[in-house]
Amino acid sequence: MDVMKKVPVTEQEPKVRATNFEEVCLGYTKEEAMEEAARCLNCKNAQCMKGCPVSIDIPAFIAEVKEGNFEAAYQIISKSSALPAVCGRVCPQESQCEGKCIRGIKGEAVSIGKLERFVADWARENGIKPAPAEKKNGHKVAVIGSGPSGLTCAGDLAKLGYDVTIFEALHEAGGVLCYGIPEFRLPKQKVVAKEIENVKSLGVKIETNVVIGKSVTIDELLEEEGFEAVFIGSGAGLPRFMGIPGEQANGVFSANEFLTRNNLMKAFKNEYDTPIREGSKVVVVGGGNVAMDAARTALRLGAEVHIVYRRSEAELPARAEEVHHAKEEGIIFDLLQNPTEILVDENGWVKGIKIIRMELGEPDASGRRSPVEVPGSEYEMEADTVIMSLGTSPNPLISSTTKGLDINRRKCIVAEEDTGKTSKEGVYAGGDAVTGAATVILAMGAGKNAAKAIDEYLQGK
Amino acid sequence: MYPIVRKEKLADKIYLMDVEAPRVAKSCLPGQFIIIKMDEEGERIPLTICDYDRQKGTITIVFQTVGASTMRMADLSEGDSFMDFVGPLGCPSEICMEENLEETKKKKIVFIAGGVGTAPVYPQVKWLKEHGVDADVIMGSRTKDLLFYVDEMKAVAANLYVTTDDGSFGFHGVGTAQLEELVNGGKVYDHCVAIGPMIMMKFACITTKKLNIPTVVSMNPIMVDGTGMCGACRLVVGDEVKFACVDGPEFDGHLVDFDQAMKRQQQYKTEEGRAMLKLQEGDTHHGGCGHCGGDK
Repeated sequence: MDVMKKVPVTEQEPKVRATNFEEVCLGYTKEEAMEEAARCLNCKNAQCMKGCPVSIDIPAFIAEVKEGNFEAAYQIISKSSALPAVCGRVCPQESQCEGKCIRGIKGEAVSIGKLERFVADWARENGIKPAPAEKKNGHKVAVIGSGPSGLTCAGDLAKLGYDVTIFEALHEAGGVLCYGIPEFRLPKQKVVAKEIENVKSLGVKIETNVVIGKSVTIDELLEEEGFEAVFIGSGAGLPRFMGIPGEQANGVFSANEFLTRNNLMKAFKNEYDTPIREGSKVVVVGGGNVAMDAARTALRLGAEVHIVYRRSEAELPARAEEVHHAKEEGIIFDLLQNPTEILVDENGWVKGIKIIRMELGEPDASGRRSPVEVPGSEYEMEADTVIMSLGTSPNPLISSTTKGLDINRRKCIVAEEDTGKTSKEGVYAGGDAVTGAATVILAMGAGKNAAKAIDEYLQGK
Repeated sequence: MYPIVRKEKLADKIYLMDVEAPRVAKSCLPGQFIIIKMDEEGERIPLTICDYDRQKGTITIVFQTVGASTMRMADLSEGDSFMDFVGPLGCPSEICMEENLEETKKKKIVFIAGGVGTAPVYPQVKWLKEHGVDADVIMGSRTKDLLFYVDEMKAVAANLYVTTDDGSFGFHGVGTAQLEELVNGGKVYDHCVAIGPMIMMKFACITTKKLNIPTVVSMNPIMVDGTGMCGACRLVVGDEVKFACVDGPEFDGHLVDFDQAMKRQQQYKTEEGRAMLKLQEGDTHHGGCGHCGGDK
């Protein structure tokens, strides 16, 4: 074995998985996990932990895996994370824990994400659950949204003895883990539902079909329903479009709609009533994780799929692993290109897309080199479906119905970074509702910080 | 679960249900809608609220069977439950908000209800009556057998005008023709609310524009989540793209691009037809739909 390299993980063959919705990565076996764990240098001043938004004691859990003490490893992880089976699958490890791993200086970083996933999967298969609080403290806290930040905040508060109720607007708990991230990357029944069960087993109640701001307001939760604090983890909001001609045509979808129909509403399963546009040639506009998810979903539904992104490969915001998987499966990347018009047939359906080539100019505010159009380089591509994956802007339902809750220029809820404290007493917020679209783990970090702050606030009351 | 406490067949293919949903019944206002999901495999179906009882905690919905999902819904009986029922969604009608009451009282209001559009019109007229505001209602349908809620509407409207396209009951013609006749006969209106099928709302707006009556319509595009997440319900109003679920469902009818909205409504027609075929033919379905491969 080459100690400089990661123990490889088994994956479904690209050709096979391109036609099914089963999970792509099959995870480590016991032996593989222990072998990979042995590569950890067990650094005293562990850099990897500094890269983890929820500060998992990484060297400690890996040391247990190395010895085959998987249950002990699980207990170490679950002290810091409520959703390890999710994080092990969807965190951008290369820019977090693994990005800081000392092994990574000369060779490949320790496969921390795959080890976390192994431990969480092992615990689930062996019926091990996190331990609930020994004593309830009787204080009621409401959590809005059952996505990563809400589940984390609720789980942490329940462990401290709080009586926590999560309110979810959709019919199923999980937020983006359910409607956004596809089955082949994050299995719903096997993984997401089980992680939610674990949070519930800590004593957290989840009420679905409640739209805060409509069914009931935050002020009513505080004044009439007896909640002493509220955490808002309502997620991102309205999908963005480009504002180019033809965008309202039939066959143009937001990635949110396309993914929701398929993931939450299970359009890919025959026994469900949900309709979806399968498409034969699909263009996905955008280069983030959501764009990769939409593209790989369309591919599995049987289409030829192009990703059109205005910058170059180096600037793709998606995780490296997703880009790699997408390429393996046969997604065509049309980089340094940008749509200028969607071509529409006489019945109002998409028939093609007009695209202009781009080149990279000076770095912009985000530090990325901004793309500039190449004059006269426009061309037309045939397509019957276009999926816009350009991010989202905040949902106004909560901010517009809550007295004294400040929002910023971008209409995101204003909250202190370390505590999630908002302008309204007893109300905390975190995740995409505060930052705009970001990652699962950053939302979890925010939920965790807010739980700590809410505990301090209520203990000091 | 959300139990059905009352079910009635109002007319051919049109059903009424009272559903227990206390949170919704406590906070809803006229003009808002709910989303219903029958069971695990069902679609999320948006329906406008037809009535509500805050004491009993029930919401009245009225729907017409148009596709596989609504046909399955019609098979449910009293005592059955919906798996999911969420709301109230969207913004309340501006004329039915306490803070606008003084303004509303000055208006001379006429409603035009087409087909199942009668259902969402009813709670608005009722709310206005309860708040001392008179409103006339023109209620149209294709034929006599499809009319429903005539007595209920009569009880809350200042004047009720019923029309049928085939002349089998009331005024012979469409609702907008009745409006024109009323206005030509000396009636004065300065606010119109038109709710019904998109094609009817489109023509109502053409007429009211001619008559110079500001008109509000309630749009019912395709939706998935109904909370401002998926963007399926977007439509063009004036020069802007709006989301019916959070910005609407009511909009200035003279600014709505109906032709585009109607095209977008056709988007899943073939898929819906396929689901309907599957439902009707069940295990006996073997081909002909062009998709299942059964005829290859």
